[in-house]
Amino acid sequence: MMDRTYQESELERTVLSPLRQTSPQFWLAMAVLGAVFLWGAVMLVRQWILGLGVTGLNRPVYWGIYLANFVFFIGISHAGTLISAILRVTQAEWRRPITRIAEAITFFALILGLLQIWIDMGRPERVFYPLIYGRFQSPFLWDFTCIGVYLLSSTLYLYLPMIPDLARMRDHMTDAPAWRRRLYTLLALGWHGSHEQHRRLEKAISIMAILIIPIAVSVHTVVSWIFGMTMQPMWHSTIMGPYFVVGAIFSGIAMLFIFMTIIRRAWHLEKWIGPKQYNYLGILLLVMSAFWAYFTLSEYLTTGYGSIIHEQEVLHAKLSEEYAPWFWAMLICNFVIPFAILVWRKGRTPTGTFIAALAIAVGMWIERFTIVAPSLTRPSLGFEKVLYAPTITEVAITAGSVAFFAILFLLFFKIFPAISVWEVEEGEAIEVVHRQAEALARQKAILTGS
Amino acid sequence: MTRWGMVIDLDKCFACQSCTAACRMENNTPVAGPDQAERERTILWNEVLPFEEGEYPNVTLTFIPRPCQHCDNPPCVKVCPVQATYIDEEGIVLVDYNRCIGCRFCTVACPYQVRYFNWYAPEWPEELKEHLNPDPEVAPRPKGVVEKCTFCVQRRRKAREQAEAEGRPFNPTDFIPACVQTCTGKARYFGDLDDPNSLVAKLAKSPRAFRLQEEMGTEPKVYYLKQG
Ligand code: SF4
Repeated sequence: MMDRTYQESELERTVLSPLRQTSPQFWLAMAVLGAVFLWGAVMLVRQWILGLGVTGLNRPVYWGIYLANFVFFIGISHAGTLISAILRVTQAEWRRPITRIAEAITFFALILGLLQIWIDMGRPERVFYPLIYGRFQSPFLWDFTCIGVYLLSSTLYLYLPMIPDLARMRDHMTDAPAWRRRLYTLLALGWHGSHEQHRRLEKAISIMAILIIPIAVSVHTVVSWIFGMTMQPMWHSTIMGPYFVVGAIFSGIAMLFIFMTIIRRAWHLEKWIGPKQYNYLGILLLVMSAFWAYFTLSEYLTTGYGSIIHEQEVLHAKLSEEYAPWFWAMLICNFVIPFAILVWRKGRTPTGTFIAALAIAVGMWIERFTIVAPSLTRPSLGFEKVLYAPTITEVAITAGSVAFFAILFLLFFKIFPAISVWEVEEGEAIEVVHRQAEALARQKAILTGS
Repeated sequence: MTRWGMVIDLDKCFACQSCTAACRMENNTPVAGPDQAERERTILWNEVLPFEEGEYPNVTLTFIPRPCQHCDNPPCVKVCPVQATYIDEEGIVLVDYNRCIGCRFCTVACPYQVRYFNWYAPEWPEELKEHLNPDPEVAPRPKGVVEKCTFCVQRRRKAREQAEAEGRPFNPTDFIPACVQTCTGKARYFGDLDDPNSLVAKLAKSPRAFRLQEEMGTEPKVYYLKQG
């Protein structure tokens, strides 16, 4: 039922307008991304028909870019948890306009991460065997379990705070196509904004926010254990778990910067996603960069100071042999560039953080790659060293995956609002009350003549 | 219970690689072809590995034939998510090709690189096809799964069947793998490590005996006798 007296607020009008009209630029972006996605999809089908021989993998480099992609995507899925859960729990008010973008990144990154494992399988049609024959002694099973739980809980965590907005769209987006109105009605679950409903929703959200933090940590820890539990040189290390978690949060925030800047520009949300978010989140990114550098130093110095032959060989491969360009590029992207930009207040602008975040996204992908590949090229049983060069298939599938991720993300925000309208409104209301309270206190002070 | 093991005397081995060839004929491993071999994708369950030591002109080259080590504590079995690779009750590590999902976790976990992956569907030149071993247990593996040395389990099965047909108990000396049978230098021994009177059990206790990367705690059942 349309309420004809209803007046949309500026926030609501702006946030919902991309859901109503589509600009030509959007279609252009979709076309380009779609083409890249198609390229990857065709190459994937070809790989399924011919076999994994079309990749650059060999013996003993059995794992390559797909595994690096897997770790990378699962890593960026930590954007959602960190921003929304930690900031929600600590009641950081500035989080409000960016939580939904962060949660959406989590959701789609997890799907893409799981997809990489499937792409990497020699027998993709047996993808459900781990469900049927799964053995819990295998770190892969730990991964499937933790990622599954994380996917479920982050879906819920994306969905719950969206319910009031869904109800709003059900009521006010009467101009939307019928299927979308039906979708909104269905998903809004009969929300009518009563006090009781609000109370329950807030409770559910705060429980989820706390629960999801340990789940997220567990996810990236067990991802690292795929490597850590084997006896390969430079994989078999206790630092792997925390190192991966730090890297995950680091790359997750970088991803959030990239996508929130794109959405902000394309959806015209500059008024709500502004200097405050860029500044605070920029500081957080800087801190994570320092953490990452600290972990990297710990790992490499410990290995380098010792003299275990097999580890030394892998270390040299990274520092001075064929993986050196990757290694040093990683350090520049993850540490030098972000530091140079983010320590300055003037650097923590949309442009500055966007550049830093792009560097980190690239740098963290390289980090994943230099963890996966070099160890395998120097097996402990004194082999001659073996080289690994990815083929065009692997490049195409990787590019296609990134494009797929962007497509899912953009389409999602064509159907659902990019900013949590009710939460921002709630934040604004809290502000107003705060200001009134302050004014009252001041008045009282004057009256009592202190 | 039998615990199958192998001993390889490096003094007697002169790296002729007949074991490698015999293994291929017995177990139907595919022909990789020159370009795939160039890319390190040959499947040789029993490879003879060269180890180079020292700097020119004082270089020594040692050859070590390397079948699957059939560890008592196999890292590959631990990591397999679907129990496609398992250790049978007589200590032989096997792969169930119908179960393997091709994740290659086991291949990176194995510190001896004994596990091989089928990058493509297996192929043989016409002339070789007629000579494939007809035993169904070694039927060519499909693409996308892992395979490795089995200590010729198909021979063990046949020996058991034979013993049964002849109405006598199966004896661990009734069968030997193809590599042991072929070995030109008679450098390889095979048998029951749990039987203290067997030749392998005795040789495994020799002061010359060692195992590869023993420090990993994998407990291999392949012993080597030091050179020199
Ligand atoms: S490749 Fe096959 S045998 Fe090896 S761990 Fe994966 S499923 Fe198990």
